[in-house]
Order: sequence, then C-alpha cells, then structure tokens
Amino acid sequence: MYLLSIDLWLILEKAILVAGIVGLSFFIAMYTTYAERKVAAWLQDRRGPNRAGPFGIFQPLADGGKLFFKEEIIPLSSNKFLFILGPALAMITALVASTVIPWASPFITEGGNVIPMQVADVDMGILLVFGIVSVGVYGIMVGGWASNNKFSLLAAIRGASQMVSYELPMGMALIAVLFMTGSLKMSEIVSSQIQNGWHVMYQPLGFIIFFICALAECNRTPFDLPEAENELNFGYHQEYSSMKLGFYLFAEYINMFISSAIMATVYFGGYDIPFVNEASWGLSPFWMTFISFSVLMIKICFFLFVFLWIRWTIPRFRYDQLMNLGWKKLIPLALINMVITAAVMLWLNK
Amino acid sequence: MQLTNRAKQVDRKPMTFLESIYLWNIVKGMGITISHLFKKKATINYPEQKRTFSKVFRGLHVLNRDAEGRENCTACGLCAVACPAEAITMEAAERLPGEEHLYREEKYAAKYEINMLRCIFCGLCEEACPKDAIYLSETFAPANYGRKGFIYKKNDLLIPHPIKEKEAYEKALGGRVVINK
Repeated sequence: MYLLSIDLWLILEKAILVAGIVGLSFFIAMYTTYAERKVAAWLQDRRGPNRAGPFGIFQPLADGGKLFFKEEIIPLSSNKFLFILGPALAMITALVASTVIPWASPFITEGGNVIPMQVADVDMGILLVFGIVSVGVYGIMVGGWASNNKFSLLAAIRGASQMVSYELPMGMALIAVLFMTGSLKMSEIVSSQIQNGWHVMYQPLGFIIFFICALAECNRTPFDLPEAENELNFGYHQEYSSMKLGFYLFAEYINMFISSAIMATVYFGGYDIPFVNEASWGLSPFWMTFISFSVLMIKICFFLFVFLWIRWTIPRFRYDQLMNLGWKKLIPLALINMVITAAVMLWLNK
Repeated sequence: MQLTNRAKQVDRKPMTFLESIYLWNIVKGMGITISHLFKKKATINYPEQKRTFSKVFRGLHVLNRDAEGRENCTACGLCAVACPAEAITMEAAERLPGEEHLYREEKYAAKYEINMLRCIFCGLCEEACPKDAIYLSETFAPANYGRKGFIYKKNDLLIPHPIKEKEAYEKALGGRVVINK
C-alpha cells in the first residue's frame, strides 16, 4: 500500500513553499510596478511617486486599493464566462510557471533531511515552463475575444502570433544550453553551472536571443504590440476595468519576475555565487539557504531593472519589424548558435 | 532653396545586418537613458520646498495700512478704472467722527472686492493707486471649490494690523510693501 501512504511532512513542506513563492511573486510584482514608475521617472529626470509613505513605498497598495474600488463593467455583448476566465487564466499561468525554479540551495535539516527549495523538480523542468508560457497566450486570446470588440480581438491576435513566433527562437536558444547540461531538470541546469561556470559565458548569443524573446513573451516594450496604447486603445484589455484589468497588468509583472528568474537560473547560475565556493565557508544550513536565495534575488532584481530600463528607452517596434526580427533574424541566429554549440560539443567529447 | 546650412542629407542606405538587429543602437540608447539616472532632478517638491519668486513677482493683492494701522484706501476708484480685466469693485463711504483710528482720510472703502478669476495680475492697480493702498504680494490665490470663493472681500485683502498683529503684518509685508511715510 505504498502508493496510498501520504507523506504529510512533504505536503506541509510543499504547501509552505508554494505559499511563500506565491506571496513572493505578488510582493515582487507589486513593487515592480512601483519600481517601474520610479525608474521611468528617474530616466526622464523626474522624481516619481513620493507621496504615499516615505519615498512613496505605499504607492502600490494605494494603486491596488484603487483598482479594487473602481466600478466593474462587463460589456453586455461580451461572453461573460470567458470574460472572467481571461484574466484568471493570465494570472494562473503566470503563477504556475514558478513551480520548477530552484529558489535556493537545498536546506539540510539537523536530521539530515534534504528539503529542496523548489516546489517540483520534474524531469522536464524547463519544458514545463515553456508549456505553461504557451498556455499564457490563452489568457490574452480569451480575454480579447470575449470582449467582443474589434480592437481587443485584433490585439489578441497580434499578441498570440507574437508569442507563438517568439517561442521558437527562445526554445532554440535553450536547446544549445541543454546540449551542455544534458538535462532538462532545473536543478541539474544549476548544478552544472556551479561546476562548469555560468552558461552566459559559453552562450552569450544564446542569452541575448533568449532575453529578446523573453521581452516579447512578457509583452514588454519594445514588443508590447498587444497592448499598444496609442494604436489599439490598450489592446486586449480595453474592455476590462477594476481588478480584472489589475489582474492582467499584475500577471504581466509576475511574468516578468518569473522570466527574470528563469534567465538567472538558466544563464546566470541560479543561486550560485560567482568566484567563490560557498560550501567551504562552513555556514549553518539556514544561512546557506538564505544567502543563496538572496543571490538569486539580486540577479532577478537586476534583470527586472533591465526590463524597466529597456521599456523606458526603446520605442515600440512596428508589427512587420517585429515579425521580421523574430522569423528572419532571431531564428537563423538561434539555429546557427545551436549548430555551433553542437559541433563544439562533439569536437570536445571526441 | 537652402535657408540654413544645418540641413543634413538623410542616409537612405539599406541597413546592414548588424543595424537590422538594432542591438548596437539599442545599447547606445540605453547608455543615454542610464546617464539620466544620475542627473540632478529639476523638480521642486512643492509643499515641502517652495521656489523663490522673482523680485517682480505679482501675486495676490494686499490692501495696505499705514504705520498706525489705518487703512490707506480712500475708495477713489482709480484702480478699478485702471484694471483692464474689470476685476475690482468698490463702494465708498464717509468717515464718521470717532473713526479716525480706522481710516486715514475722510473717505474710505466700505466695500472692496477683487474677483481673482477675472484678475490677470498685471499690477496696473498698484501703479494707479495714488495712496500706496494696494500692492501685489508674493503669494498667489489658493485653489477653491466654488467661484464665490475667488471673490476676495476687503477683509481677505487687508494687511494685518501692524500694531495688534505685528508678526502677521511683517510676514504679509514680506519686504515688498513700502510702509507709508
């Protein structure tokens, strides 16, 4: 009856981890909205929000509260079920993708139990992320279609085709990494980087391609065509108001957070501290886990900053430019990168 | 026809491969934006910090008193005539015996109103006044919920009493108003 016996400790452990990660995602997303406004202001020689609390740090709470109390409008001609499903899907897919990321080095209890700081170390790790990100398209599609509005539908179609076409070079850039690790498991990807050095050193081109595609997947500027404010009246979430709109916007920030985490994990060594062997410091397990977690967070925050920085620098691409860049530039580059990596790997292993 | 020598020929060469990836130009642009992160912000945090007005700033009107606290205004109406926006209304009254400590001359303004929504703060009233009775101060009309709130009555305009409310008087003076000799 082994199959029926349930390890309650495991469930508790995972439940705490899940709650922690979801809470963290929300917290980071909240403060990314604040950081977005602050960084935008700084890059434009302004000061940014500074009224709510010291340095305006309660601004996200005020924004969230405002969204909750706004009037909620569901258009009469919309499909109500799908209209509500849209933002829910966007949010769920954004949150689910964080399951396979190893957030810190495993925590070793005094009894010798190893608690991985990862909700699920599934064998197909990174592939799962791709699958979930692909489902994320439905959030946009369903929302745009259910609004029964031409602009929303147009934007949703744009968004869907954009995400589908940028998944290709993203996946190809990643295949080159998988050649080096030989595993799809996120924990193995990290541990191979701890041993052999970060992937970004071997795969700079692959990283750039991955990064550009991540921008496109998160619908961030310069690829924010699905929600192009001045062409499509906010795109697929035009008919949304109140917290449903908030969910769409929030899901975008969580997506940013998760894709930053994936980039840090896949290319920048995850929770690894560069140039040092932290295992030799002889720290207590708690501090080891804490430090490795902080290191990952620093990397993530750096990527988040770059996301914001890019948004307030580069204007939006035209749609044909977007497609040209995706299909005619990034895919060939990713293919070349893949072939070269394969050839070098073969040559080295001979 | 060439008007200036600043015109630049537009480069219409097709983009090279590196240019068509946009990467290098994007990096350059990001360098420009990040440099702004460290620049001094021009913004003044208004309620906490206030910018100093120029010496000739023309703000809210003040009805002046002399050193003994008597109103200077004699309701001659020259300011109302000079006013291009027709913002000033007044009614004159005769000073009664026993009111010498209130009004400097035998005629005074019983009612004196300035509509701040009409006023263009040109300062012509200040120039027209023969009695040094009206000045434009360094403050500006605060926001209000109704139009009526912008019609400033005599009580709103009068400078505080120089003897009874010395501090408020000096503050209102602000180094601008010349005390009547």
